[in-house]
Amino acid sequence: MSEKQKKASAYWKENVRYLFILLTIWFAVSYGAGILFKDALNGIKIGGFELGFWFAQQGSIYVFVILIFVYVRLMNKLDKKYGYNE
Amino acid sequence: MTVQAWTYLLVGITFAIYIGIAIWSRAASTKEFYVAGGGVSPLANGMATAADWMSAASFISMAGIIAFAGYDGSVYLMGWTGGYVLLALLLAPYLRKFGKFTVPDFIGDRYYSKTARIVAVICALIVSFTYVAGQMRGVGVVFSRFLEVDINTGVVIGMVIVLFYAVLGGMKGITYTQVAQYCVLIFAFMVPAIFISIQMTGNPIPQLGMGSQLNDGSGVYLLDKLNGLSTELGFAEYTDGKKSMTDVFMITLALMVGTAGLPHVIVRFFTVKRVKDARKSAGLALLLIAILYTTAPAVAVFARTNMINTVSDQEYASMPEWFKNWETTGLLAFNDKNGDGKIQYVADAAKNELIVDRDIMVLANPEIANLPAWVIALVAAGGLAAALSTAAGLLLVISSSVSHDLIKKVFIPNISDKGELWAARGAATVAVIIAGYFGINPPGFVAAVVALAFGLAAASFFPAIVLGIFYKKMNKEGAIAGMVVGISLMLFYMLKFKFGIFDGGKEAVAGLEKDWWFGISPEGFGSVAMLVNFIVSIIIMQFTPAPPEKVQEIVEDIRIPSGAGEASDH
Repeated sequence: MSEKQKKASAYWKENVRYLFILLTIWFAVSYGAGILFKDALNGIKIGGFELGFWFAQQGSIYVFVILIFVYVRLMNKLDKKYGYNE
Repeated sequence: MTVQAWTYLLVGITFAIYIGIAIWSRAASTKEFYVAGGGVSPLANGMATAADWMSAASFISMAGIIAFAGYDGSVYLMGWTGGYVLLALLLAPYLRKFGKFTVPDFIGDRYYSKTARIVAVICALIVSFTYVAGQMRGVGVVFSRFLEVDINTGVVIGMVIVLFYAVLGGMKGITYTQVAQYCVLIFAFMVPAIFISIQMTGNPIPQLGMGSQLNDGSGVYLLDKLNGLSTELGFAEYTDGKKSMTDVFMITLALMVGTAGLPHVIVRFFTVKRVKDARKSAGLALLLIAILYTTAPAVAVFARTNMINTVSDQEYASMPEWFKNWETTGLLAFNDKNGDGKIQYVADAAKNELIVDRDIMVLANPEIANLPAWVIALVAAGGLAAALSTAAGLLLVISSSVSHDLIKKVFIPNISDKGELWAARGAATVAVIIAGYFGINPPGFVAAVVALAFGLAAASFFPAIVLGIFYKKMNKEGAIAGMVVGISLMLFYMLKFKFGIFDGGKEAVAGLEKDWWFGISPEGFGSVAMLVNFIVSIIIMQFTPAPPEKVQEIVEDIRIPSGAGEASDH
């Protein structure tokens, strides 16, 4: 394996690790809090919102937006680290 | 000024802006026509993507659906936004690096096969035509209600406008008109929502107003009030819903994956300069979409509460003017079953006297809340912006599928750039006419087919693209087998449980519900078909030759963000 290929595969591994972490959060807020554990969370009330309902109709969407911007930051840093930025 | 005068004024001004932009940004080459020259800024692309994605369904129908479905409506909120996370993380950067014009381009090159390309073209055409017909219908509804023209005339006016800027400007014209349309539609959606939120809860931010106490001094939370009203009338509790957990899970997944696989959304990421810009503009697009998507559930709560309070157990004769206006469109109907002159609006179908079409909730909401005439007119202009922007994006996918993927790549490979540009314009024209025909004569199953479109995108494109990027050894045999099996399974399930083809037609559909596999509705079945696609692809791959060295090199190359260059056709 050439130097160039080694660098590329190391970059790819880190990239996939980020994806795994971010998608775990993505799953947890929507399918987890908004659907699977919704009934349990609905026992908790914040203002007029039952928490499970809030995650399903509001919270998961806010987290989605944050996730993409975190991803953008992480990847820009990673690109720089490996010299792939332009 | 009357509502109608305001509507003519606002719709007239916005249309003049769209046409002005179209003339200013005419396309001179196929590259400008397909990907706007590849030099669109991330913010402009984000706004255009948001307008492209938010259709008449998001603007007009979604809040209405949620108003009647309560918690069950969450599937649309999470499904249609969560898909963007998948798009941003798993698809957009790599497809941008790949640097071609269309989705079938990627499938065809990655799987080194004309068959794969043609399968992808067929899927893209089915998905896009289904959608565009729905948009034209939305245009017709808005025109007929607010400008009081015939619904068919409304569709024809919409066709002419879209034709004008899609055919002239291609992706370049569409992108910049969509930027303007985003501004119009978000303003039009937010203004009434803020007004009503202040009116009902005193909180100017609808996302918070939804969870606040009512303004009437009672100290009761709005959601508690609505839960109470719902159960009183025999409906399910608003924050609870009645779909099974499995079904909610599966529908959400199918909508998310379907969103990520929709060709008219994916192709938007070909228009930016660098891979970095593709990531960023996916984030901006979702942020801009989230403004509407987090407001919609608030609008749903306000509208539902207002509606119940206005009509429930009230004298029919004392109904306000908006009630009569919507009755004439046929979207609202009262039938005094017990002859007491009052409106009984209850869950029990035998006693219920009021039928409300879900599509009117957003459009009627400002009138129900007694907002000023210009706000009502603004909503009409916003609905048109949402429908037109999506229709234009879809028409572009249709025309590029025909002129680029079929004519250039399959039938006449040596066609000149100029010839291809004219072919693209011709294809767009034909597509508008077909879409307009379906808008005027909607097949009875438009709504059903829209669900089918998401399922199809989930069952076909998504696994093929993801495997193409993340699994270097995936070969053409695996991918084609996966797509064909995935789509066929999805079609079979829809035909059986949505159309009742094998059991005596539409009437049998309701009785088949107990036979659903694992209790999953046809809307959610795209998730299962997608999993089957993945599994079939991977199994077939084990027994067939690995992809050529050159293709594996392409995969390695798209994983590296630098050196994306410009989108090109060779």
